[in-house]
Amino acid sequence: MNLSMKWLADYVDCGVSVKEFCAGMTMSGSKVERYDIEGEAIRHVVIGKILSIAPHENSDHLQICQVDVGGNAPIQIVTGAQNIVEGALVPVALTGAELPGGVHIKKGKLRGVESNGMLCSLGELGLTVHDFPYAIEDGIFLIEEDCQVGQDIHEAIGLNDVSVEFEITSNRPDCLSVIGLAREAAVTFDKPLKINEPTFHGIEEKLSDTLSVTIENPDLCPRYLAGMVKNVRIAPSPRWMRERLRASGIRPINNLVDITNYVMLEYGQPMHAFDLRYVQNGKIVVRHAKDGESITTLDGQKRQLSPEMLVIADAVKPIAVAGVMGGEYSGIMDDTTTVVFESAYFEPVQVRRTAKKLGLRTDASARYEKGLDPDNCQRTLRRALELVELLGIGDPVADFVEADHRKEEKKVIPFDPDWINSFLGTEISREEMVRILEALEIHVDGNVSTPPSFRIDLERPADIAEEVARIYGYNNIPSTVIHGVAKAQLTPQQQFLRKAEQAMVGLGFFGALTYSFTSPKCFDRIGLPADSKLREPITIINPLGEDTSIMRTTTLPSLLDVLATNYKNRNAAVSLYEIGKEYLPTGKNTLPEEPNRLTIGMYGESADFFTLKGVVAALLKELALPRCAYVRPNQTKQSFDECCALHPGRSAVILCGDTPIGYLGELHPTVQKAYGIGTRTYVAKLLIQEMADLAQTEITYQPLPKFPAITRDLSLLCDDSLPVGKLEAVIEQAAGKLLEQVTLFDVYKGDQIAAGKKSVSFSLRLRSHEETLTDEQADAAMKRVLKALAEAGALLRE
Amino acid sequence: MKQQLEAIRAAARTALNDCTDPNLLEKLRVQYLGKKGELTAILKQMGKLSAEERPAIGQLANQVREDIEAALAEKQQRLAEALLAHKLESETVDITLPGTTQKVGSMHPLTIVENEIREIFLGMGFSVADGPEVEYDYYNFEALNLPPDHPARDTQDTFYITDNILLRTQTSSVQVHVMEHQKPPIRVISPGRVYRSDAVDATHSPLFHQIEGLVVDKGITMADLKGTLELLMQRLYGEECRIRLRPHHFPFTEPSAEVDVMCFQCHGEGCRMCKGEGYIELLGAGMVHPKVLEGCGIDSSVYSGFAFGLGLERVAMRRYNIGDMRLLFENDYRFLEQF
Repeated sequence: MNLSMKWLADYVDCGVSVKEFCAGMTMSGSKVERYDIEGEAIRHVVIGKILSIAPHENSDHLQICQVDVGGNAPIQIVTGAQNIVEGALVPVALTGAELPGGVHIKKGKLRGVESNGMLCSLGELGLTVHDFPYAIEDGIFLIEEDCQVGQDIHEAIGLNDVSVEFEITSNRPDCLSVIGLAREAAVTFDKPLKINEPTFHGIEEKLSDTLSVTIENPDLCPRYLAGMVKNVRIAPSPRWMRERLRASGIRPINNLVDITNYVMLEYGQPMHAFDLRYVQNGKIVVRHAKDGESITTLDGQKRQLSPEMLVIADAVKPIAVAGVMGGEYSGIMDDTTTVVFESAYFEPVQVRRTAKKLGLRTDASARYEKGLDPDNCQRTLRRALELVELLGIGDPVADFVEADHRKEEKKVIPFDPDWINSFLGTEISREEMVRILEALEIHVDGNVSTPPSFRIDLERPADIAEEVARIYGYNNIPSTVIHGVAKAQLTPQQQFLRKAEQAMVGLGFFGALTYSFTSPKCFDRIGLPADSKLREPITIINPLGEDTSIMRTTTLPSLLDVLATNYKNRNAAVSLYEIGKEYLPTGKNTLPEEPNRLTIGMYGESADFFTLKGVVAALLKELALPRCAYVRPNQTKQSFDECCALHPGRSAVILCGDTPIGYLGELHPTVQKAYGIGTRTYVAKLLIQEMADLAQTEITYQPLPKFPAITRDLSLLCDDSLPVGKLEAVIEQAAGKLLEQVTLFDVYKGDQIAAGKKSVSFSLRLRSHEETLTDEQADAAMKRVLKALAEAGALLRE
Repeated sequence: MKQQLEAIRAAARTALNDCTDPNLLEKLRVQYLGKKGELTAILKQMGKLSAEERPAIGQLANQVREDIEAALAEKQQRLAEALLAHKLESETVDITLPGTTQKVGSMHPLTIVENEIREIFLGMGFSVADGPEVEYDYYNFEALNLPPDHPARDTQDTFYITDNILLRTQTSSVQVHVMEHQKPPIRVISPGRVYRSDAVDATHSPLFHQIEGLVVDKGITMADLKGTLELLMQRLYGEECRIRLRPHHFPFTEPSAEVDVMCFQCHGEGCRMCKGEGYIELLGAGMVHPKVLEGCGIDSSVYSGFAFGLGLERVAMRRYNIGDMRLLFENDYRFLEQF
């Protein structure tokens, strides 16, 4: 809502500067976004009269003008404009003048002829043809206003208003009007509000003889008023009206249309004007649209109507979409002689739905959909007719036709000053509260308050408390500490998540945050099988674009995108993690599961399968998970579909007992290429909840050993294909409870080892908790180990 | 013999004095004190002495031995010290050479700020609640006093999954979940992702983060809201931080406020950073609307509460002086490494 300060002054004199006005209004609840002082950037521009025009001898397009600017002698200005005529009044930027856009006018010579200023176009003054419909865009602004030579341009053409832009919240449609804002201003600055009831004389005539109003759906239109103006003389509006419309951001059209807009801005009540010639049989019917009906609206668009929409119709056809826009032929034309003014109340939800469905939001619908004051209809209509008389553009009929189906309901709200104080934490006196409320036209009587009809937002005591608080001043409310004690701690899940994150940071990884939505193309990019469940994501009906159209069912592609970006940005080595959700559908009309995942990605010189495995192992240890097994994805049913994105020989599913808790591996070369990453890349994904469930968070101290340990080293020779993990398992099984630790310390292939074989060396630490272990006991254990290893295909290396 | 002993003492002293090599030192020990050494050779002749001479010469011989031993020990000590000094000297490194790289990572700046705010609220007795991001219309709108066709729905451009399921536009949805499952007293915050269909630019992202706060109990006042937010801002931005509350409208709070923090640059005077306002808008807040309480089965005549919602990106961008929101989601390593 743009407010003209000149217009506001009709209703209240705030007695403050524009800056103070804006600050005060903002702090009482009408937020000012900005303000514009009209013509602020214009200095030293005056009205000049062109006395003579002579050609320039060195140019065929320049002309030399002698211009009277009210001084002792005319001044000489050279111009390239072609539309000037002798005797015309023009804006003259004198030497030293300033124009919008930081233009400074200096004395100069144009092709050898002195020029002491510049004649201005509309654009050079920051104006458009809408401000002055008679002027042209490309050429000097030939002024047709009532003004004097030498007069300052601001005064002369009315460029001296201030337009203040308010952000009006949806609960205050009453403030989408000059009077509404004047009322707020009056309360804010504690000044009287000057409101006059509009009056007009009108022709005595029974309007119901020529016009009838029928409402078929009183629920959707409880009140409809129509007035009439005869002998209309369509012409441009007077300058003051155009100026105020301009300052309010509305384009002037003609006197009648301008009146409807002017009144809407002033009173907040939209109005419509019909040409009586197109209201067939003088019948106005408010009804639902009929199946198949259509209307061409004022903007020239043909629109299909549907039966849930409300229309204003005449005897046969719709002539307006109720509360949204009038029909093309119902509007005011140059030859219009008799006009019907509509001032009605339409039910907000109905207007909103219709406007939305038609994709047509207008100043009128934006007001109706928030809820207006039905009491305002007649006052607004009277104001319109008052203006018609004032401007002398027609003869209003004194009578109205009206259909009124309003139900009498007086809204009262309990008023309890003690409760208000206890709710706000204040000590405001009852008298002060009453003063504030009465100023807002909320009448207090004992322990009840009655809000005015235009305050549709007031329903409950909390609403009354807000009215008191905002005028009393939010910042005058004291600041207190919440009473009572509360215990708070993170849940085990939240603690687990935090621990995981801290562990990743400790391991040298940096936190990334990616979008939860992604492109459906990511499934092909990671080579996901066609039948994978992950290919059935939650889809956004109205996405910003395909790239963000589905909720991710796997976090892997998100991190791959990040790695790809980093590679493209020439970051040589990168280690990243993300803790974020996947969105796994559970059904068409149910919410998805949103499990948290820890996704890890790295590339660079020091990155390989085993560095990543080391990171994962350290993380699992820190998170107190029991020992996990690493299984090739194709050797377990507990695999993940995303493992297809991994190098088949360098990837593993991590099993904790029977539970798969994640996977890790080198990115498949095809996927790596698909993402445009030019180096080997390593990724892992871990399931947070599954890990949290398995974590052994209770720690019990183990006594330190009392007896010495015996260490034995083993060098084995076996087939290259035999996994070291298998050998480890065999050793653990065979050594029994004396085995404290088995550590791999060497794997060797090459010289001195037969092809297809490898040498594997372990160090075994044996210890008893009851006694000092003897060599014989250790030998016996080692014998068992060697026997079992031999059976598994690993022989002691000679 | 006496002269011989004195001569040995003098010779040993000189020799030891001049000695700089630990190996030579050992040779000197053998030469003077060894079994075949000069002193021993002299002492072997003691038997030839008269009984009167013997004690005096014996005493002298012992003194000479002790002197030489003492001198030897001292020299040994000195040589060891010199050797150590030399060793240390020779082991000197260029301490300006870089250390061996140890990798330490860091959390994402938004996570850092979120954790900081969590800590502040944990200290004030707030628990942390989680809620779904893909949400029913009911929790995101209807239960928050935003029925279908409410004009305020326009201000939050919503991503829809079905007519009834959407991506939450505000963490306020968690308020309703919390109140449905927990009776007052309630003190929770709920951080999380929210979604609005805003195209990406320097200050907008279709996905961003909020932290919701909710307090419901008997006798909770708007002054408590103000005090809590003041405390938050002072912990976050320092004791001198000042806030102001401006009346606003949110359907789920009444009274509602927008909360501005005094511009850090100009301290309220108005500058480029705050666009001349002197204050910077940071969050929305208010007293929980009685309809919202009632909808969750909480008697609004007995209990009252306040709620607030804080945009995490805004806090982080201000904290680290980040001018473009896209940096937060691009995850360039050179950016992430700075936190």
